[in-house]
Amino acid sequence: MELVAGVLERNGLLFAFVVVGAMMLISGWLSKTLTRGRLQGSAIAIILGLVLAYAGGIQTGGEAGLADIAIFGGLGLMGGAMLRDFAIVATAYGVDLQEIKKAGAAGGLSLLLGVIVSFIVGAAVAAAFGYTDPESMATIGSGAATYIVGPVTGTAVGASSEVIALSVAAGLVKAVIVMVGTPMIAPLIGLNNPKAAMAYGGLMGTTSGVAGGLAATDKRLVPYGAMTATFYTGLGCLLGPSVFYFALRFLFGG
Amino acid sequence: MVLYGVAALALCMLVGMIIGDLIGVLVGVDANVGGVGFAMIMLVLVSAWLRKKGLFPKPSEQGVLFWSALYIPIVIAMAATQNVAEAIDGGPMAILAGVSALVAGAALVPVISRIGEKSEPLPPMTEKEKQEV
Repeated sequence: MELVAGVLERNGLLFAFVVVGAMMLISGWLSKTLTRGRLQGSAIAIILGLVLAYAGGIQTGGEAGLADIAIFGGLGLMGGAMLRDFAIVATAYGVDLQEIKKAGAAGGLSLLLGVIVSFIVGAAVAAAFGYTDPESMATIGSGAATYIVGPVTGTAVGASSEVIALSVAAGLVKAVIVMVGTPMIAPLIGLNNPKAAMAYGGLMGTTSGVAGGLAATDKRLVPYGAMTATFYTGLGCLLGPSVFYFALRFLFGG
Repeated sequence: MVLYGVAALALCMLVGMIIGDLIGVLVGVDANVGGVGFAMIMLVLVSAWLRKKGLFPKPSEQGVLFWSALYIPIVIAMAATQNVAEAIDGGPMAILAGVSALVAGAALVPVISRIGEKSEPLPPMTEKEKQEV
């Protein structure tokens, strides 16, 4: 048993391929039998992945979900930023340049609106829970943008570590909810064409959330959503500790 | 040669990431600004140009398409390595902030979709395409 575990650990990436393959097989079967194909296999597989990530996190107390369990370590490489971005870029092969040109203005505006709306909503929720100083509101508002913008803003404005941790949690929740929720809300918001996908990517901004959510909705939309989402974190890091923080200080004193 | 396609893809991504980091430094933020987006646009332009010149044969194309097809499995691995436990640990405030940001953003999708030229819905996927991930 130890011998087998040793082999699996040393060849982590290969075992990750097997594990994901098995998850997709089970999900595909569940999709066909339980939902008659209504809920796509990939959507079920992503939810299954999140559940396993939760179990792994509870089991080990680590930060990388299932990958914190030694024999599943390869999942961290397979699902890490390098290979994820590499595969996202590859999906652009064969996208329609005309569609991108059509959505240019809408995509840009969606980015700006997406960042601002997340800031405001996050700050309002923070205030509702009693975090009324500008530093905490700016940090939690930034966390509602993405879990990278939260700590960047929090560190810059000198928020407490408890508030920074909350901002990361808010961003993580958003990423998870976008992954699971996108296929459900897609029909309600007309998310069935490249332009809407670019707007969605810009408004949501969480690359992991958008990448997972669109994959579970319609994989052909992935490159369009990913293209705008990738600008979001940078824009958030730019506006969070500056314009947004100063606006809050102006409005609420400090 | 399959590797030519993989190499071209990797080169596009690396150049895109360098541009993204450079923009980050220029505007003074500690983040990569749009690296993946630049890489994607570069891949679209470069591959179209190479194909027109007949320099991007089928095997090279396979190298790109393989990684494109691995995208969904990679996203599933990514889902399995998210810090879900901490997200749930954040309590009601973190959950409410995350959910409200999603709802507010999603509500704006139909508004923004109206700007500019109309984009046609993609044709429905066939049963085969749906299961082929």
